[in-house]
Amino acid sequence: MHRISRRVFLAFALLSSGFAQAQLSIEITGAGANRIPVAIADFVGDGAASRVVTATVRSDLERSGLFKLVDATGSNLDENSPINHGDWKSRGADALAAGSIGRSPDGRMEARFRLYDTQKAVSLGGAAYVTSNEQLRAAGHRIADFIYEKLTGEKGIFSTRIAYVVKSRGQFLLQIADADGQGAATALTSTEPIISPVWSPDGGRLAYVSFEKKKPIIYVHSIASGQRHIVANQKGSNSAPAWSPDGRKLAVVLSKDGNSQIYAVNADGSGAPQRLTNSGGIDTEPRYSADGGSIYFTSDRGGSPQIYRMSAGGGDVQRVTFESNYNVSPRPSADGKSLAFISRREGRFQLAVMDLASRQVQILTDSHKDESPSFAPNSRMILIATEIGGRGVLSAVSSDGRIKQRLSVAAGDVREPAWGPFLK
Amino acid sequence: MNKLLIPAFVSALILGCSTTPIPDDASGAPVESRGGSRSGVAPVVAGGVDANGLPRELTDPKSKLAQRSIYFDLDKYEVKSEYQDLVAAHAKYLVANKGFKVLIQGNTDERGSREYNLSLGQKRSDAVKRSLVLLGAREDQVESVSLGEEKPKAQGADESAWAENRRADILYKAADGRGEF
Repeated sequence: MHRISRRVFLAFALLSSGFAQAQLSIEITGAGANRIPVAIADFVGDGAASRVVTATVRSDLERSGLFKLVDATGSNLDENSPINHGDWKSRGADALAAGSIGRSPDGRMEARFRLYDTQKAVSLGGAAYVTSNEQLRAAGHRIADFIYEKLTGEKGIFSTRIAYVVKSRGQFLLQIADADGQGAATALTSTEPIISPVWSPDGGRLAYVSFEKKKPIIYVHSIASGQRHIVANQKGSNSAPAWSPDGRKLAVVLSKDGNSQIYAVNADGSGAPQRLTNSGGIDTEPRYSADGGSIYFTSDRGGSPQIYRMSAGGGDVQRVTFESNYNVSPRPSADGKSLAFISRREGRFQLAVMDLASRQVQILTDSHKDESPSFAPNSRMILIATEIGGRGVLSAVSSDGRIKQRLSVAAGDVREPAWGPFLK
Repeated sequence: MNKLLIPAFVSALILGCSTTPIPDDASGAPVESRGGSRSGVAPVVAGGVDANGLPRELTDPKSKLAQRSIYFDLDKYEVKSEYQDLVAAHAKYLVANKGFKVLIQGNTDERGSREYNLSLGQKRSDAVKRSLVLLGAREDQVESVSLGEEKPKAQGADESAWAENRRADILYKAADGRGEF
C-alpha cells in the first residue's frame, strides 16, 4: 500500500515538475524473419482494466519482433470459453490467448488467461495474476512473458526493468522504467554527471558513478528506499562498478595507485580494496562472467584498447579481441555464450557480438556512435546508447541483429542504459 | 572636519587595493590625444592580481603562463614535443613559487567508451603531472584528475570540436588558497 501511494506520488511529482517529457517512447525499426502468428482476444470483464491488459500484452509481443498479431476483434472469449481451433487456424493464428479481468475469492482484482496451440488443438496452460488498477500493466507484462516462454522456449523479459541516465536542461537524471520504456521514475537527480549504472543481481539496488562531489565516486543505491552508500571513494577516480553474480562484491576501477587498475571491493563498502590487475597502462570496464569465474575487461596493455579476460581473483590474462584497434565495453551474456562490445570500424563505433565458442565476431548495427551495451537477462536482446540526429537515444538490438527498437526521450539525451535482471 | 576626511581616506585605501577591472582604451572618457599612447595613461593595478587572486603573470594573455591547455592526439596520452616549452615554463613557475599548487584536468573527445575515456583523461593529466615533477615541481604541488568526456569545452561533433576536447588544462591556486580550483 505504501509502495503504491509512493509511486503515484512520484508520477504526480514528475508530471507537475515538467519532467513528463522524460518518458521514453518506443519505435520498432526491424522484425524477425519468421514471426509466430498469434491472436490475443480482447480480455473480457471490467472495460477500462481489460483494455489496458489487452493492449499491454499485444504491444509487448509485437515489439519483441518474434510475433505477428492476428486480428481477434469481436471474438468475445474468456479463459473458459470453448475454442474452435479450426476457425483460428483458418484465420492464420498458430496460437490464441483469451482471458478476463475478474475478482479473486478475497475480492482483489485478478487477470486470468489461457493459451492455446491451434495447430495441435490443445491448451498450453494458463495463469491468474492478482493485480490492482496501478499494476494492470505489470499483469499484462507477466501474461506476455508466459506466452513468450511457451511459444519460443525462452524466458520473456517484458516484466524486467531498465535504468538509464537522461541529460536534460543541465541536469542528470538516473531513471528506472519498465522494459518497454513506460512508467519512468527518477531515482537520482544531479547537476553533475552520473555514469555506469549497473543492477545488483537481486534487482533491488543500482551501483553507479556520480560526479556530485566534483570527482568520480561509486555509490550503491537501494531503489525502493532511496538509501545509498559509498562503496569506493579513494584518492583519484573511482569508477566502472560491476557486481559479482552473488551480489557480495563489486569489481571497480581505481586510480589511487597511479594508473586506472581493477580492484574488488565489498558491496557493503567494508574492508580494503583488493587489487586484481597490475599493468602500466589502462585497465577498466570489468564485468564478471555469468558463472563468476572470470572477469572481462578493457586494457591498452597491448598498445590499443582491447578486451581481455582474467580469472576472477586476478591473473591468467588472455586477450579476447583482435580485429580493429579499438574494442571496448565488454558485456558477457547471462547464458555464457556471447560477448557484446563496442568496436571502432573505419571511425564508426558499432555494437559487435562475439560467439565465445567460435570467436566469430558480428557487427550488429550500422550506426556511428554506439556505447554501453547491456544484455537482456534472456541474452536475446542488447540495449545500447546511440545517437540519431545529434541526440542520444537508446536502441535495443536482437543478438542476431535482425530486430531493432529505438527508445527516445522528447527533450533530452538518453545514455548509459542498463538492463535489469529477471523479476523474482 | 576630520570626521569627513576619514571616510574619504578609507575609500581611497579600498580603491588602491581593489581588483576593479582595468578599463580598456576605448571605454575611457574621451580625452585629447597627447603624443604616443592614445590616452596617455598607463593603467596599473596595485598588487598585480586578477579577479581570482592570481598574479597577472598567470592570466595576462600576453604571458606564456596564461597558456594552460595541452592538446593530445586521438587515443594518445603522450605530451607532444610542441608543448615541452609550455610545460617547462609552468614547472619553472612552480619551482619559483613553492606555495602555489596546480590541478591538472584531463579531458577526451565524446567518442568511444565513457569509462575508457575517464581513464584516458587520467592518463593525460598524469602525463602532464609527470613532466612537471620531472622538471622540478614538488609532487604535492600537482594534482591530476580526469573529467573524461563528461565536461566538453567544445560542443560540436566534428574534428575541430573533438581536437579541442582532447586536452589537459592547468588550473592554479595561490598560497593563500585563492585561485581557479
